[in-house]
Amino acid sequence: MDASATPSPRAAAMLEVAGLHKVYAGAGRTVEAIRAVTFTVKAGALVCIVGPSGAGKTTLLKCIAGLLPPSGGKVVLDGEAVAGPPPAMAVVFQEYGRSLFPWMSVWANVELPLKQKRLPAARRRALVDDALAAVDLTEAHGAYPWQLSGGMQQRVAIARAVAYEPQVLLMDEPFAAVDAQTRADLEDLIRRLWQRLKVTVLFVTHDIDEAVYLGERVLILSHAPTVIMEDVAIDLPGERSQLETRSLPRFGELRKHVYAQIQLAKQGWRPPGERKT
Amino acid sequence: MSSTRMLAFGRQAGLALGLPAVLVAVWWVASAGSANFYFPPLQTIARMFVEVWVSPRIFDDVLPSLARLAAGYFAAAALGLLIGIPIGLSRGLRNLTEPVLEFLRAIPPPALVPILILFAGIGDTMKTLVIVSGCIWPVLLNTVEGVRGRDEVLEEVAQSYRIGALARLWHFIIPSASPQMFTGLRQALSIGIILMVISEMFAASNGLGFAIIQFERSFAVPEMWTGIILLGLIGILLSLLFRLAERRILRWYHGLRQSQRSDG
Repeated sequence: MDASATPSPRAAAMLEVAGLHKVYAGAGRTVEAIRAVTFTVKAGALVCIVGPSGAGKTTLLKCIAGLLPPSGGKVVLDGEAVAGPPPAMAVVFQEYGRSLFPWMSVWANVELPLKQKRLPAARRRALVDDALAAVDLTEAHGAYPWQLSGGMQQRVAIARAVAYEPQVLLMDEPFAAVDAQTRADLEDLIRRLWQRLKVTVLFVTHDIDEAVYLGERVLILSHAPTVIMEDVAIDLPGERSQLETRSLPRFGELRKHVYAQIQLAKQGWRPPGERKT
Repeated sequence: MSSTRMLAFGRQAGLALGLPAVLVAVWWVASAGSANFYFPPLQTIARMFVEVWVSPRIFDDVLPSLARLAAGYFAAAALGLLIGIPIGLSRGLRNLTEPVLEFLRAIPPPALVPILILFAGIGDTMKTLVIVSGCIWPVLLNTVEGVRGRDEVLEEVAQSYRIGALARLWHFIIPSASPQMFTGLRQALSIGIILMVISEMFAASNGLGFAIIQFERSFAVPEMWTGIILLGLIGILLSLLFRLAERRILRWYHGLRQSQRSDG
């Protein structure tokens, strides 16, 4: 990364999750999804959250996004407690086929949130143009989402998030449903956008390789009721490439380490000192 | 490419019009020279059709009927959407209204005619109300279902991008319910035509239903047949217009469905 870039004045915590706890109360049955999750994300960081299936990844992300009220603990975004979706946050959802409005063109999909922000038309136009260019979809602006391939649809969703100019970008397994080659392209797109826009990214995935390749830091989640198992620093070079980075010995080590932890999580690992449930 | 499409279109049109043409031909031949008073030759009916309907009757009977149909249909559509959307949005409201709606829907609208006459007399208001009372149910119930069945991922998208209540209604809830709304509107249209005729058979001084009853009572059998044929033609024409409007408004929906089908 550019070494001369001035550090953000708020280089401390952009996002702070403290003692987050979530219990689903059903009819006569309660399910504890998240026991206690605490971490902070510095401004401009790219942090991946990885966990086995059933680790409450989506629940955690929805609590952070303000879409689900936590049962305990708090989420603080840039100094303000989150209660409902904050204006400085954008979410990219896993189900690309269901997260774009099928009755609107690509352009209108990206523009709608900006209209809600009451931005003037010229500013909206510039933001939508830039965002669609950034994901290489300038040509497709008039198409309907369902006329595009899965990877392109997810790029539209990314463009919508980028045009929104968030401080924090949340991504919930955004590439889980696209094919492997498209996924590699989209991963590089996320790295490029992150470096260019200096946005803070929290990327949830179940894919260990993806987490290690993308992140500067990987948070490993335990099985539900979720706690953070480990906070792994990814000391790979800043410039990443699918070919070079993935064949580095260090990549292999990190991948192996995270993989082993996930295996432990699947086998029901609990933090030391926790009483058996 | 375009010539094969022309060919496909031609074949479709041929299939659509083929059976009606055959049926008309059979009727024409079978009824030729018929001496049965109640089943006059189709040739006679056809000649009479022009004589009866290309006349001031267009203004005296056809247009008043269509005006009442339009008034009743659009009022029912507006009411159905207006009441259906809030019910679809709120589970509490749904639980509260469901038994009442099921009861009201089960009442055959013609049974309401005597009551409506008491309240609204025998004029246009009564006839329009009969149409409303029948057309509203398919629109209302389908709107409730359509609004209720909206996608929860899109709901979260709207929430996370802080789409305001009005924009959410206009850009999300109504469009996502629109395919089902159109299903209801299509059912309401055929019900509306039926009720238009029935309401004019009770206490009326003009209209298509009134004309058909008049012809029947004065033993003008060929004229009566022309009225029935005209009703059929109006029904086809309105449903064609409806399909055109639907194709235009729900273009995205048909495209989406097709792309989902081709994905397997």
